[in-house]
Amino acid sequence: MQCEQCHEREAVVHLTQIVDEQVTTVHLCERCAAEKGVEGAGPPAKTPLGDFLAAIGKGQLGVPVGTVELMRCTTCGASLQDFRETGRLGCADCYRTFELQMRDLLRRVHGSTHHVGERYVRRGSAPVTAERAQDDLREQLRLAVETENFELAAEIRDRLRVVE
Amino acid sequence: MIDLTLLADGGLGWLDASGPDSHLVLSTRIRLARNLAGRVFVSRSSESEREAVVRDVQAAAGDTVLLRQAARFRLDRLEPLERHLLHERHLVSRDLAGLGAEGRTRSGAALLMQDRVGVMLNEEDHLRLQALASGFALEAAYASLDRVDTELGQRLAFAFHPEFGYLTSCPTNVGTGLRASVLIHLPGLVLTKEISKVLQGLSQVGLTFRGLYGEGSEVVGNFFQLSNQTTLGQTEAELLDHLGKVVRQVMDYEEQARQVLLRNAPAIIEDKVWRAYGLLRYARAVSFDEAMNLLSGVRLGVGVGLIPGVSIYTLNKLLIHAQPAHLAAAEGLALDDSDLPIHRAHLVRRVLEDDTGRSR
Repeated sequence: MQCEQCHEREAVVHLTQIVDEQVTTVHLCERCAAEKGVEGAGPPAKTPLGDFLAAIGKGQLGVPVGTVELMRCTTCGASLQDFRETGRLGCADCYRTFELQMRDLLRRVHGSTHHVGERYVRRGSAPVTAERAQDDLREQLRLAVETENFELAAEIRDRLRVVE
Repeated sequence: MIDLTLLADGGLGWLDASGPDSHLVLSTRIRLARNLAGRVFVSRSSESEREAVVRDVQAAAGDTVLLRQAARFRLDRLEPLERHLLHERHLVSRDLAGLGAEGRTRSGAALLMQDRVGVMLNEEDHLRLQALASGFALEAAYASLDRVDTELGQRLAFAFHPEFGYLTSCPTNVGTGLRASVLIHLPGLVLTKEISKVLQGLSQVGLTFRGLYGEGSEVVGNFFQLSNQTTLGQTEAELLDHLGKVVRQVMDYEEQARQVLLRNAPAIIEDKVWRAYGLLRYARAVSFDEAMNLLSGVRLGVGVGLIPGVSIYTLNKLLIHAQPAHLAAAEGLALDDSDLPIHRAHLVRRVLEDDTGRSR
């Protein structure tokens, strides 16, 4: 999003204010925000991502500048420079290639590097046993009944009868 | 023209005001960001790689229970007005609809939607699973989303890191990939000028707010989307629980603010809400922003019992159908037609008249 003041730089400060009982949000770049004296004043707080992106390549993260700039993900070819410009990584392997930087970033953004939520286990990765095929069908049957998809439920029930 | 009847309730079931606390909370939405293992992320992918994502996910969805009958929309093959319609119904993001700064859709941009759950394809991440619910209903929305996630996750290989969790294109979404938002109407806090304090407080407890249309959008009609800021280091249940508690608190503040207004300035509030109602009933041309602000006044009036006979559902419907693309589509006009404010005023008059006529 562009700065509403200079229409040149990216807006990073989103200031919500009340004027005449109307809520308005003003989007400003860092410089224009500072000129208006609202730097860091308006909610929501800037994400730490911007600061981090700026820090990459300035040698502030414990890695010499040259090394960081030269690093490229072997899978997708993305560099930290690309990440700095777009804020997006190129592929899942970038998390390994830039692990040091990502660890640091995740700590700053989320206050943690450890996922404690649901663990993803792809059931398809294990060989399909007859027992598991039945479990899958039972689960599908349960879902179909729950969502009142009775035609599908009947079909699944028939398939279950064959394998049981 | 795009066939929205393919969607259950036209994809608008989330605004039927049947959910909990509908007088304050319009809707609850939760999304999960997922990427396919072994494929480069969307930002670096080629057209053929994005097509492959569509093919893989559609094949997997066709094998599930919860998405097998999903309506499919290829955003990259729709006209601008049609993409605006889907965006105005909150079914696709600005980015997916190609309404951002670049103004065009990415090839492979698609939406699968069945009942109140859907998947955006080739948005910032390969998959953005989303669930919509009427009112304040975090648990219900997550329950349906979790099931779709499980079903798809068994049939596709998601990118998952043992320590970081689900890997996403932007590191701000990594871990659970979960963003839950509650769209809440806070005119009382705005009128009492308490809103800045509340919004500032949000960022201190790890939450953030956005406007009516999500990321990067303006606050209109005193609607705020409150959502979690972080996605890593807490379980899905903890993230939802925390957001839920804070939203509950904000709702209490809003109710208190309304009581203060009614106690200290009853005549002013009564005048304000009826004035808004009067303008909507009789005005002959209304801009979208003006309509949103007046509807906010009427919604407040209905909420505190000053305006009888108008249902929250009617007001929700107007929020959708008074939007530019919806009006333009209904009247067969272009999106930039200068007569839209006149048609908007006509629509609002007619709908409010009907509602009042039925209930009195």
